[in-house]
Amino acid sequence: MAKPRAFHVADLPGVGPTALFVFAGLYAPILTLVIYSFNAAPSVATWDGFTFDWYVKAWNNDAVMNAAANSLIVATLAAILSTGLATLAALGTTRRPAFFGITAIYAAINQPLMVPEIVTAVALLIVVAAIKAATGYAGLGYLVVAHTAFCIPFAYLPIRARLEGMDLTLETAAADLYASPWQSFRFVTLPQLAPGILAGWMLAFVTSLDDVVITEFIKSPGQDTLPTYMLGQLRRAMTPDINALSAALLGLTLVLLSGFFLLSRRKS
Amino acid sequence: MAAPVISARNLVKAFGTGDFAVRALDTVSLDIQQGEFFTLLGPSGCGKTTLLRLFAGFEMPSAGTILLDGQDVTVLPPNRRPINTVFQSYALFPHLTVAENVGFALKMQGKPRAEIDETVAKMLALVRLEAMAGRKITQLSGGQQQRVALARALAPHPKVLLLDEPLSALDLKLRKEMQIELKRLQHETGITFIFVTHDQEEALTMSDRIAVMSAGKVQQVGTPKEIYTHPINRFVAAFIGETNFLDAVGETGGARLTTGDLIPVEGVLHGPVTVAIRPEQLRLVAPATAGAIAATVRDLVYFGTDTHCHMALVDGTALTARLQSPASGDIGLSIGDRVGVLPMPGAAQMLRD
Amino acid sequence: MSAAEQAQRAKTTRNAWLLVIPALVVLMAAAIGPLVLVLIYSFLTPGDYGNVVWSFSLDGWQKVVVERDIFDDSLHLAEAHLTIFWRSVSLSLVTTILSFFAGFPTAWFIATRPANQRAFWLFLITLPFWTNLLIRTFAINQIIRNEGLLNTILLHLGVISAPLQMTYTEGALLIGMVYVYLPLMVLPLYASLERFDLRLLEAAYDLYASRWQVLMRVVLPIARPGIVAGSILVFVPCLGAYVTPRILGGGKLMMLGNFIELQFGQGRNWPLGAAISIVLLVIVMAALLVYVRAINGEKRDG
Repeated sequence: MAKPRAFHVADLPGVGPTALFVFAGLYAPILTLVIYSFNAAPSVATWDGFTFDWYVKAWNNDAVMNAAANSLIVATLAAILSTGLATLAALGTTRRPAFFGITAIYAAINQPLMVPEIVTAVALLIVVAAIKAATGYAGLGYLVVAHTAFCIPFAYLPIRARLEGMDLTLETAAADLYASPWQSFRFVTLPQLAPGILAGWMLAFVTSLDDVVITEFIKSPGQDTLPTYMLGQLRRAMTPDINALSAALLGLTLVLLSGFFLLSRRKS
Repeated sequence: MAAPVISARNLVKAFGTGDFAVRALDTVSLDIQQGEFFTLLGPSGCGKTTLLRLFAGFEMPSAGTILLDGQDVTVLPPNRRPINTVFQSYALFPHLTVAENVGFALKMQGKPRAEIDETVAKMLALVRLEAMAGRKITQLSGGQQQRVALARALAPHPKVLLLDEPLSALDLKLRKEMQIELKRLQHETGITFIFVTHDQEEALTMSDRIAVMSAGKVQQVGTPKEIYTHPINRFVAAFIGETNFLDAVGETGGARLTTGDLIPVEGVLHGPVTVAIRPEQLRLVAPATAGAIAATVRDLVYFGTDTHCHMALVDGTALTARLQSPASGDIGLSIGDRVGVLPMPGAAQMLRD
Repeated sequence: MSAAEQAQRAKTTRNAWLLVIPALVVLMAAAIGPLVLVLIYSFLTPGDYGNVVWSFSLDGWQKVVVERDIFDDSLHLAEAHLTIFWRSVSLSLVTTILSFFAGFPTAWFIATRPANQRAFWLFLITLPFWTNLLIRTFAINQIIRNEGLLNTILLHLGVISAPLQMTYTEGALLIGMVYVYLPLMVLPLYASLERFDLRLLEAAYDLYASRWQVLMRVVLPIARPGIVAGSILVFVPCLGAYVTPRILGGGKLMMLGNFIELQFGQGRNWPLGAAISIVLLVIVMAALLVYVRAINGEKRDG
C-alpha cells in the first residue's frame, strides 16, 4: 500500500527534480572540461589516461605566457584603479542626505552594466583608433583605462553595501572624541570598510580577467589577453591545451570568488 | 552664583523647510552649573536628544547660541569641543579592543603613548574593567559595554559629559546598578553630567536638577523635589508621578470643586483652574468628617506595598487614592462603600492649565 | 535655515561631488562619452579601408533596413539584416522564457532550503555566473559538438549511427545562451522568493486553495518583481550576445553583436555598424525603462 506523502506547504510538484537537473546541467559541462584537461588523448572521444602534459604545453607556450602576463597586468591595475575610484564614489553617495544629481551619478556608475558590451566595445574602438592614429601609442594603457571603467560598478556594489551596513554613529563618536574628519576616516571608517574594499577588488579583478569583447575590439595587434588568445585559437580547432588554460583560469576564479564569499559572510 | 559651565541661549532647531518645518527645539534657554548632575526629562520627540546633539556639536542650531565657559561654541565642530558623549547605542568601535576604545580620544589628541596608557589604566580601574583591557568589544556583555562607553567618554576629562539614554538598553536590575555607578563616577570625577532620559523615576533618583521638556520647549527646571511637589503646569504634574486632576474655580481661601466642596490651597488663582493632588496625599476618613469630600469606592487594585482606591465623587468625577497596605493586605474597604476624602495639608496644587 | 546649517549642507554636497568626480571622469572618458561618438559615426560616410570619412551621410541608417542592388541600383528590403534582427529578438525571447521555466523551480528550491544551507546553493549558482563566459561557452561546446561528449556517448550506445549536428544551429545558440545566462534569472528570482513568508502558503491552503491556485494566485504575483528583473537581466545580454553565437553559431548564424563586429571588421562599414549599435542600445534602454516602471509600480502598490 502506498504511504500517503506528508504534506509540506513549501512543496511544489517537480521543483526538486528540476532544480537538481539545473545544478547538474550547470556543472556537468564545466567538470567535463576540467576532467578532459587531464586526458592524455587529444579528443573527448577517448580517455587515454591521466596527464599534466597539456598544462606543461601551455606553460611552455610563449604566446600563452605573454597573454597571461597581459591579463594579470591589466586585471591587477584595472582592479586597483576601479576599486579606488569606486571607494571614493561610494563614500560620496552613501550615508548623506540626497542631493541634486544623485540619480544621474547612479546611472553613470551603473552604465557599464546596462549598455551591451558590444556597443561599448565599438564605441571604444572608435576612440582608441582615433588616439592611436594621433599619438601612435599602442600599449596596454587603452585596456587598463577601458577595464577600469567597466569594473567600477562591480567594485562599487560591495563597497556601497558594506558602507550602508555601517553604523553612522561610530563616526559621530569619533568626532566627539576629538578625531578630525581625516582621522575619523583613517581610524574608524577605513578599518571597517576594508573587507568591502577587498571584496570589491576581487570582483573587479575577476570581471577584468573574464572580459573578451571589449578587449578583442581595442587591443593592438599581437597584444592578447588570455580570453582573446583562447578565442583566437578556437578559430582553428578546440585543442586540449585550451582546455588546460580554461581549467587554470577557472581555478583562479574559484579561489577569488570563495575569498569574496568568505569576506562578505564575515560581516553578518 | 558661579558662572554656568554650559548655557543654551534661545536655541531653535527646525527640521524641514517651509510649511513642513518642524520645530524640534523651540527657543530653549538653560544654564547648567559646574559639577551638576543635570537631567533632560521628557517623552520621546520632546527635543531632549536634539538639545544634546546641539551641545555635542553634531548638529547646528537654526537659531540661538551655545556658551561653554562663557565662550560661544555654537558652530564649533564636535572634535574641537571639550564635551564628550555616551551614546544610547554605545557606538563602541568594533575593530578596536577595550583599551584602544578608551584611549581613542587621547590618541586623536596626539598625547604621548605613556600618558595614554596611564589614563586608560586609570579609567578602566574607575569602571572596574581592568581585566578586560585586551578584549574585543564583541566579547563584552551589555553592562560591560556600557562601562567601556563611559570610560571612553571620561578619558579625555571633558568639561561636560552628555549621556543619551545610556541605560535604556539594560535590563531592570543592571539599570539600577548602573544608576548608582553613574552617581559614583560623577562624584569621583567632578565632571558636569547632562543626562537624557524619558524615565521619570530615573530622573528623580539621580539628578541634582531636572529640566522637564515637551514639544520642543522646557516646561520647568528645578530640583527633583520642586518638580514633584510643585509642578508648574498640568503636563509636568502628569508626566512626573501619578496625579488626580480636578476641575475647579479658584476663589479666596481655596478651590471650589464642581461638587461644591472647597479645598484649601496655597497661592490663590481666581477663575477656572485645575487642582492637582497626588494619590498618596489623600487620606480616607469617615463619610461625615468635617472638610472631607464625599466619595464612593468604585474599584480597589492591590499593588503589594499599597492599594489603589478608585473613587467617584457625588457628581461622578473620578479620584484615586493610594493607601499603604496593612500587614494583612486588607485595607478594610469594599466596592460601593461610602467614604470621605481628606487631602493632606499643602498637598493640593492649583494649576492654570 | 541658519547660516551655519546652510554652510554644513553645502559642504556635505560639495564633498559628495568631490568624491564622485574621479570615477565620473573615467566613466565619461571610457564608457559614456564614446557612446556619443557612435551616434555621430552612424551619420558619416564609410571609409574605403574601414573607419569613416567626415562627411554627412544617411547611408548607414538606410542600410539597416534596405539594400541597394549592385546591378540596377534599385532599393529593396535588406533581408539578411532583418533575418539577423529577427533571430536576435526571437532567440533572446525564447532564451528568457526557457530560463524562467528552469530558473523558477531552482530559485524556489534554494529559497525553501533551511536557512543555513541556502548560502551554499546560492554559491553554486553564483559561481558559474562569475566564471568566464568564454570558458562556459567552450564547456557547452565540448558537450554538443560533433566530436563532443554527447555524440560520443550516443554513438557508443548505438542510439545514433552518425553524429547529430547540433552546433551551428539555432538550437545550439539557444542551449548555449540558456546555459550561460540562467544564473541571471535565478538570482533575482531567489531574491524575491527569499523574503517570501511561508505562512502565506499556509493561509492559502487553509483557505482551500489547491497547489495550482497557490502557485498562480499567491507565489507568482509576489515573485513578480523578481520575474521582471530576471527576464530583463537575461533578455538584455542575450540581445547583445557576441561570444556565444560566434562560437556555437560558427560565423554563419550571426546575431546583432556579430553583425556589428562584422561591419567594424571585414565589412568595413563603420557607419552601418554604428547605426545598428544605436538600434541595439535603444531596444535595451526601452527594456530597462519597462523594468524601472514595473519596479516603481510595484513600490506604489506595496
